[in-house]
Formats: sequence, C-alpha cells, structure tokens
Amino acid sequence: MTAAEVAARIESGMTVGVGGWGSRRKPMALVRALLDTPVTDLTIISYGGADVGMLCAAGRVRRVVAPFVTLDTIPLEPHFRAARQQGSIEFVEYDEGMFMFGLLAAAHRLPFLPTRAGLGSDVMRVNRGLRTVRSPYTEEDLVAVPALTMDVALVHLNRADRRGNAQYLGPDPYFDDLYAKAATSCYVSCERVVDSADLLKEGPVQSLLISRAFVTGVVEAPGGAGFTSCEPDYGRDEAEQRRYATTPWLEYHDEQG
Amino acid sequence: MSRADVCVVACAEAFRGDGEILAAGIGGPITTLGARLARMTFEPDLLTTDGVCHLTGDDPQVTEGWLPFRDHLWLVLTGRRHVFMGASQIDRSGNTNISCIGAWERPKAQLLGVRGAPGNTVCCPTSYWIPRHSPRVFVERVDMVSGVGGPLLRRVVTNLAVLDLRTPDGSMRLVSVHPGVSVEEVVDATGFELVIPPDVPTSRGPTEEELRVLEALDPGNLREAM
Repeated sequence: MTAAEVAARIESGMTVGVGGWGSRRKPMALVRALLDTPVTDLTIISYGGADVGMLCAAGRVRRVVAPFVTLDTIPLEPHFRAARQQGSIEFVEYDEGMFMFGLLAAAHRLPFLPTRAGLGSDVMRVNRGLRTVRSPYTEEDLVAVPALTMDVALVHLNRADRRGNAQYLGPDPYFDDLYAKAATSCYVSCERVVDSADLLKEGPVQSLLISRAFVTGVVEAPGGAGFTSCEPDYGRDEAEQRRYATTPWLEYHDEQG
Repeated sequence: MSRADVCVVACAEAFRGDGEILAAGIGGPITTLGARLARMTFEPDLLTTDGVCHLTGDDPQVTEGWLPFRDHLWLVLTGRRHVFMGASQIDRSGNTNISCIGAWERPKAQLLGVRGAPGNTVCCPTSYWIPRHSPRVFVERVDMVSGVGGPLLRRVVTNLAVLDLRTPDGSMRLVSVHPGVSVEEVVDATGFELVIPPDVPTSRGPTEEELRVLEALDPGNLREAM
C-alpha cells in the first residue's frame, strides 16, 4: 500500500492509535498522509509527540487520549499546547502506566484492567468517566482503566515483509504490538520491506514484534518516522524538529508541499 | 565544594538504604549523578540507567540489563524504583504538578501532562529535585495533582535546602539548609508555612572519597549548570 491509501481508509470521527513514544519512532509518513485528506473529528490515542501536535495544528482532532505530549529534547509540544490553551480539543489525561493498562485491556479484549496508578491524583477528578473497582479478594479499591480500543492503529517499524510481519531493530519496542492488537485495523509503515525469508537476517526472532494476523496493510516508507528517531536506521533530526517547533504551522505545512 | 556538589550529595542521600532497586533521575545531571554517586559509595546494590532503556554497570559504558518503557512501567508497579522527579508546583502535603497551570479545563499554560507521576507516587518511593526554590513552585495549592504526596515521598532537594514530610501531620518541614543559605531565605522562597525545627542543620558536602568519585563521574563539571 501507499501512505495515501492508508490515509484514505481513515474516516472522520474515528479513533486512531499512534505507536512510538514522544518523539521516537512515530509513523510520521502516515500522519502526514492523513493531513492531506479532509478527515476531521478524530480521537487520537498516543504516548504523544509531533503526531498529536500536527493533527491538532491542522484542526483534525476532537479528543486526545494521552499521558503526555512531548518532543523529548523540546519538552513542550507547541501545537498541542496551543490547542489546549485555546480550548479547541478535549483531553483525556492518563498516567503512563494507566495508559499501558488501557492498551493491554484492549489487546486482551477485556473491558478494563485494574491498577493503583491514578488513585489520589487529579486524573480521577478531571476524567469524569473513570471508575474504581473493588478487589473481590482484598477489598482494595483500584482504578478500572477502560480498554483503549481503536478503529485504526498506525505504527512505524524498521522492517516488515509484504504480508505484515513487522520487526523492530532498535532498543525499545515501545508499545506498538499492543496498538496492533488493540485496533480493528493496524497499518504498518517500515523503513524497508524485505522477503519473509530475510527477516531473520535483519535481527533475532525476538525482534519480530507484530504478526501479520494483526496487520491490515504495509507501507514501505524509508525515513517514514522522520524527524522522530528510528534507531538504528537513524536518530532524531533535531534541526528539523526545532524548525517544526518554531515555525508557524501554516508556513511549515506549506513548505512540506 | 560547590553548591552543585552539595545538591548532588543531598540527592544521593535520598537513596540511602534503598538496596537493590532502580535509582532514577529526571531533570539533568544533579539527580543522575546523585544516583550514581550513591551506587559508587554507600549504596552499591542500586540499579541505574542510561536515561533510555539500558541498565548500566558500575562503569556507565557497560550494559547490565534491558529496561524498555514497558518494563519501566511494570517496575514501577512492583515498587522497586525510586525516582527523582521535577515539579512545576509542590504544596505542603507534597502533592506536585507537572501537567498544567491554571484550570485544567482550559489551562493558562499546558505543561507536560501527568506523565508517570500518579503511578510513581502511589507505588514507589519518590523524591523531587527543584533547581529554583521559589514561591511560584512552592505553592499553597497545586493546580493539578499529578504526583500524590504522602509517606512514599522521601525528600525534596532544592538549590537552597533539603525538605521532607516527616512531621506528625505529614506537612513539609525544613531538614537542612545548604552552606551559605539562611533559614529566612528558604522561608521567603516558600509560598506556604514550612515546619521549621528549632535547630536547622547545614546540608553536608561531599566527603573526600565522594568528591573523587564525583569528579570521575562528571569530569566536565556538567553539574555546575544545575
């Protein structure tokens, strides 16, 4: 598939999960393709970075579900910040561990998973829909983190075969396998499509993070995580990220063509 | 001995007695050097990271383990991590805010979001490094409780002093002032009433051995930027 073909399958009002973490291995080629469509009113589920920022800047987002939005070396994401301060988006703000449990619940087809993370904090105050559940064994009250189910997941990995078996070669899988399992449809972009027979020449069997059983389509997109990092193929393009963070959105977006 | 050295030692002291758990630091060299200094001197079983996903050896160039984000979050749930976090606001009960300033519904300033603070603070020992002790940070009431105060809060290290919550009602007290800092300076820089013991000691500086270790860990003196 092409990135444009993936983007064409995403409809207004859908819930879209975006893999990676902060400014690391974000499926930016797919996100940029989404910006070229008229899609709007999206719910974005993300350990957020420029994916959330760009979609907010372009007015495509109704709601963001995230524990943070950051560019890592630039701690505050400017466009997400502006959207929050203008009140133009809804924000479902979770603790990082709560968020993982939401992904795990969705990936396991469970309605929720319990955790202590969040108790006593204002996460419970601002997310009015959050409920606690009492342990039937210990009488302890726990946060019932609702499953983060999603219509579509977008992830970027280092290698994949044409059928969707996807491989990470960097030091951290992030949570991309959970997004794939939590979504109705998962689209993988990758640095390079290789023959299935060559996957294990690229990395050990443990690096095969996502099975084709959970993948709907594969896009070959060299550099497709840029300007975020995609170790070991490339690091973050800090100069480009700085330019993104300091250039007014319309000007920046126009330059991208 | 510089102010930065005193702050690193005060951070290292927070890890005393922690044993074989991860000592993590956020917010620059003071906290990460504190963790490594504790490990290389009085708390040798501590685990440390490279700030990404490698558990580092006594020699920081050595990798002794793997800690991707998912395992990091899992580790938090086991209680085997003591992290130095930052705080944009902190109140007398040790509640902290890194999420936003102003009303959450439409903030004056959106900051990071709560990140891992809610889970860290109810599952694991937590300390704070506040490089600029001021009434803007030490406030009567935080705008959004990201980190939860309470008995798991070990200590708060600032550029002026060390504080903790070891009072009968768990409200913040002054533990020590750094050399050259007066109690009045700390009181003036704090936006709520601190518990002040009758005799406030001075924060200790590094021993000769600690200074040697510190210089080996930070030959470029990055800590001086605080």
